[in-house]
Amino acid sequence: MTGTVPLNAYLIVSAALFAIGVIGVLIRRNALIIFMAIELMLNAVNLTFVAFSRFLDSMDGQIIVFFVMAVAAAEVVLGLAIIIALYRNKESVNVDELNLLRG
Amino acid sequence: MEWLVFAPLAAVALATAVLVIVLRNPIYCALSLVGTFFALSGLYLLLQAQFIAVVQVIIYAGAIMVLFLFVIMLLDVGHEPPAWLQRDRPKLVLGIVLISLLLLELVVAIGSRVSQGIRGPYTSELVNAIGNTQLVGRLLFTDFLIPFEITSIILLIAIVGAMVLAKR
Repeated sequence: MTGTVPLNAYLIVSAALFAIGVIGVLIRRNALIIFMAIELMLNAVNLTFVAFSRFLDSMDGQIIVFFVMAVAAAEVVLGLAIIIALYRNKESVNVDELNLLRG
Repeated sequence: MEWLVFAPLAAVALATAVLVIVLRNPIYCALSLVGTFFALSGLYLLLQAQFIAVVQVIIYAGAIMVLFLFVIMLLDVGHEPPAWLQRDRPKLVLGIVLISLLLLELVVAIGSRVSQGIRGPYTSELVNAIGNTQLVGRLLFTDFLIPFEITSIILLIAIVGAMVLAKR
């Protein structure tokens, strides 16, 4: 356990974070927490980008992470606005009760 | 030496991530997510991406999580009944098994090979000589200028969209 941390260690942490995010989306029914799990998945991908950027001597990964963060901010704003609008209509953020589009 | 920094940060990131999806109170979930973001920020520092590390704290742990907490308190969601007792159980178990298999496959695939690729020009000596933030800024306004401008349009659309959706 000496020396520098290899790329693979970062990739494994990132894969585990992504899997936790997917499981979160599957097991929770509170729309807000599903949203947080999606943020977890975005962050797992960001970690992969930064790790590759470091180990391949390229800055492109860090630039793309910057864009991912900007898009994530926009996505969170819109998603939370949609959740607020839904709560106004249904008094609930439970995704199983939100079936307005069902025929 | 690097492992002494990496291991605790990775452990905190994974532990708080698990807490996000198992805790019942949404406020605690949001606070755990802040922990994940800080741990990831530390990992970015370890990867010599100082700008991204600071932006991670400011945007994710700052702006986005404040928005989340604000909405949680506004909606007064409260406690849920235990999460996994509610869903259709067979499908849920199937989903978790499939994701675990995917994770296992990823770990095996990642662990058994050395990733290679075309190396870029930005070695860590060069980045340290110029400065990480200066380099990111320079690239954003030269090679990535058009995506950068499109980002501003996306943010504008998000602001207008949020106003339209939330106002009524």
